[in-house]
Parts: sequence; structure tokens; C-alpha cells
Amino acid sequence: MAVSGAILFLYVVAHMVGNLKAFAGAGALDDYGVFLREFLSPVLGYGGFLWVVRVVLLLAVVLHMVAAVQLARRARKARPVSYAHRPKVQGSYAARTMRWGGVIIALFVVYHLLDLTAGVLNPNGVEGAIHANVVADFQRWYVVLAYTLAVVALGFHLRHGLFSALRSLGVASARRAAAVRGTALGVAVVITVGFLVVPFGVLFGIVR
Amino acid sequence: MRYTLRVWRQRGPEESGGLVDYDVDGISPDMSFLEMLDVLNERLVLDGEEPVAFDHDCREGICGMCGLMIDGVAHGPERATTTCQLHMRHFDPAEPIVVEPWRAAPFPVVRDLMVDRSALDRIVEAGGYISAPAGAAPDAHAVPIPKADADAAFTAAACIGCGACVAACPNGSPMLFTAAKATHLGLLPQGQPERLSRAEDMLTAQDDLGFGGCTQTGECTLVCPKGIPLETIATLNHDVLTAALRGR
Ligand code: HEM
Ligand code: SF4
Ligand code: FES
Repeated sequence: MAVSGAILFLYVVAHMVGNLKAFAGAGALDDYGVFLREFLSPVLGYGGFLWVVRVVLLLAVVLHMVAAVQLARRARKARPVSYAHRPKVQGSYAARTMRWGGVIIALFVVYHLLDLTAGVLNPNGVEGAIHANVVADFQRWYVVLAYTLAVVALGFHLRHGLFSALRSLGVASARRAAAVRGTALGVAVVITVGFLVVPFGVLFGIVR
Repeated sequence: MRYTLRVWRQRGPEESGGLVDYDVDGISPDMSFLEMLDVLNERLVLDGEEPVAFDHDCREGICGMCGLMIDGVAHGPERATTTCQLHMRHFDPAEPIVVEPWRAAPFPVVRDLMVDRSALDRIVEAGGYISAPAGAAPDAHAVPIPKADADAAFTAAACIGCGACVAACPNGSPMLFTAAKATHLGLLPQGQPERLSRAEDMLTAQDDLGFGGCTQTGECTLVCPKGIPLETIATLNHDVLTAALRGR
């Protein structure tokens, strides 16, 4: 769980940073897309690097889901009789929404791939015209809303995910506990905001 | 004061159970939760009914025998408090109090509110000890131990094995207990030789007993009567991971 999650996390960070190219003028994002496809192309061919990334991501997503399903099933088996009276658990909101949060993010990724990678759900949907596709998307408030919900869900997922992964990997000893808690929250907020500035930048006409 | 209770009644491990309503009168605010149940039981006996079975021993918060799910919270609403040390002044007489046993597959209900927690003993048997030569107690200063390590070990050693962590965990995991029992030894020089095997063996035993897996939700720490911190789990995981990487 922690290891597959870490791979996905690294991707999310790289993706968030890459998206910020949208602020560098109309051509920057498109050039960046070309760069990603040309990267290592002497060895992998045009777009080869992207396919390597896709395979690794898909593997990580599958492992991540399998681990989540196993944990959920073990949890159900470990408590066959549930409590008659059970108020909302007391722990953090992020921790208690991990399973449903994960499902929401997965559904979003499907929509997102159809939107900005395949282009079929994109109002512009021209391959390679990444910047134009993004701008066309976020003119619409409901697309911005969908992306916002997903990115906020991702933020919660990352908050608990990072916190938990660091503990699973044994990093968060008593001495570093407060630092780990703070880091998890800080990173989650930065990623959430970093993703959201692009849709809102378009909506408010800063990115055009 | 007069309270309404909704108590889980179950005649035996194989029988089905259910919540039964009782009224208890003559409760003082200074009575403990268990004393309140004693009052109920006295009345039930006088009425010729079966008293409610519940576990208890020391009644001073040190033995770990007591443990009830009170209104859905293990050991009730007060933090860092065992059920025997919980007082009735924390309860509103206008609200019925729901009392249930710990719920986990490895903790079968023996009767009413009593569960069999020997699964926790199986985890300790898997490695929660040191195989050192016994004998007379060594001098206190014979082996120097850094204060910070001694403090962390002592915090973990405070676990009384009540099982509240399992009862509260949405995954039904005893990870806080296992971590406390493994790390209080692993942090001290005497526990070093078996540190890695202990961590691995205790975790394996825990999983084999049918408990759920830890996802660090932190519910356990909130109900733990001894306030064992969640970081104890990170310390255990660190040892388990080191053991796995070294391919023990
Ligand atoms: C405001 C937020 C986001 C924007 C503006 C955005 C934008 C984009 C764009 C333009 C592409 C296509 C890139 C190309 O064709 O070269 C893309 C691909 C992708 N995005 Fe996002 N994205 C956002 C959030 C997310 C989030 C939160 C996730 C995951 C949790 C995600 C996962 C992906 C994946 C998996 C791909 C496909 C990469 C591939 O294999 O080609 N995105 N995104
Ligand atoms: S860790 Fe706390 S809640 Fe769990 S058994 Fe020990 S004392 Fe009880
Ligand atoms: S009866 Fe001993 S801890 Fe409560």
C-alpha cells in the first residue's frame, strides 16, 4: 500500500508541477507535451517514455486497489457482528474517508483520461493542442466544479495517505511525530492548491 | 439519580443476543460505571433474574480486565480512563446508555458483556518476552539507558492489555497493543537480541489470529486508557521492515 501509493504520489507531484506550465503562455503546455513524448525517444521511440510511465502507473494503481480491497475484506471478517450503537468514529475525517475517497479519485481519473488524454469528453478535444483543450474545459463552471471536488478528495486522501505511509515505513518515531503530521498536511495542501490554480486561472481569465 | 440502560444480553458464545432495556435507580454521581452495574445486578438477583456478566478485577485502572463499549466508545466518553475508573457524573440521566461487549472475531463473547481476549496472550507468546538469563535483579545502574529511550519504553510498557484498541478500530486491528508489547522491549538493551524477530513474529501471530490490518486511523489511541501513542506503531513497523529487508 505504502509503496504503490508512493509511486502514485510521485506522479501526482510531477503532474501538478507540469500543469503549472499553463501559466507560461499558450505554447508552453503544448511544448511540454511534446517534450514528454520526445523524452528518451532515441531509445524508446516517440511517445515511448509516456507508455513506460503509463504501464508503471497502471501497475501501481492495480496493486494499490488490491491492497485496499484486501484490507477492507480483512476488516469485515475481523468484525462479523457490528456495534448496535456506533457514533461517528472519533479519528480524522481524512482517515475515515480513505476507501470512498479512493473510489471517487479512481472515477475521476477515468473521466479525466477521456477528457484531456483521449479528448472525447473535451469541448475542444484536439490532440496535441493541450493548452487549448484545458482552456476550453475550464470555461465551464461544472467542469471546474468536478475537478475541484476530485482534487479536494485527492488532498484528503494524500493527507492521511502520507501520514500513514510514513508510519508504515517506520519513519514516524515518537521524536518525529509532530513533524510527520505537519509535513503530511503541508504537502497535501500544496498539491491541492497547485492543481486548483489551473482551472481557476482559466475560469478567471488569467490563463487564456 | 436514575438511568436507563440498554445492555447487550447473550447467554453463551453460540447463542444469539440482543439489547435489553433496564432502569437503575439510586445511582450517586460518584459511583463508577461498574458500581452502577453492581446496583443493577443486585436488583436483578433480588428479582430472581440472571445478573449481567461483565469482566473486572482491580477496579483501579491497572489490571486491564474491565472494558465495555459505552455509547459506541470503548471505555466510555472520558479520555485515558478505564471503565472501572469512569464515574456516573459524566452521564446525563435523560439519555439512555447503550452498553455492548468488545466486537472482534478473535474476541468471542463468553456471556453478556464478557469477551474472551486470550488472542492477545497468543500475540505476546509469539515474542513479547526476552530470553535472557534470569537471576537476581541487576543493579539499576549496571546497564546505562538513555533517558529518552527509558521514557519511550515506559510509555509503551503501560499497556494493560484491555483490548480497547481492537474494539475501537474500524479494521478490528490490535496493532496498538502489539506495538506496545513489542517496542517496550525493543527499545531497551536487554531486548535488542530478539528485536527484529520479535516484531516480525508478533505481527505474524496477530494476522494469523484473524484480526484486521492496521490503516493508522488512530481510533485506538483516542480510547486507550493508558494513552499509548500512535507512534508506537511506527516504531514496530520500523523493526518489521528492517527484519524483512535483512531477509531474516
Ligand atoms: C486541475 C487539475 C488537473 C489538470 C488541469 C490536469 C491536466 C491534464 C492534462 C492536460 C493531461 C494530458 C497531458 C497530455 O496529453 O500530455 C492530463 C493527463 C493525466 N492526468 Fe491530469 N490534470 C489534473 C489533475 C489530475 C489528477 C488529480 C490526477 C490523478 C489523481 C491526474 C491524473 C492524470 C493522468 C493519469 C493522466 C494521463 C497521463 C498519460 O498517461 O498520458 N490529473 N492531465
Ligand atoms: S494499547 Fe491501550 S487500548 Fe490497547 S490493550 Fe493496551 S492499554 Fe488497552
Ligand atoms: S478492573 Fe482492572 S483496569 Fe478496570
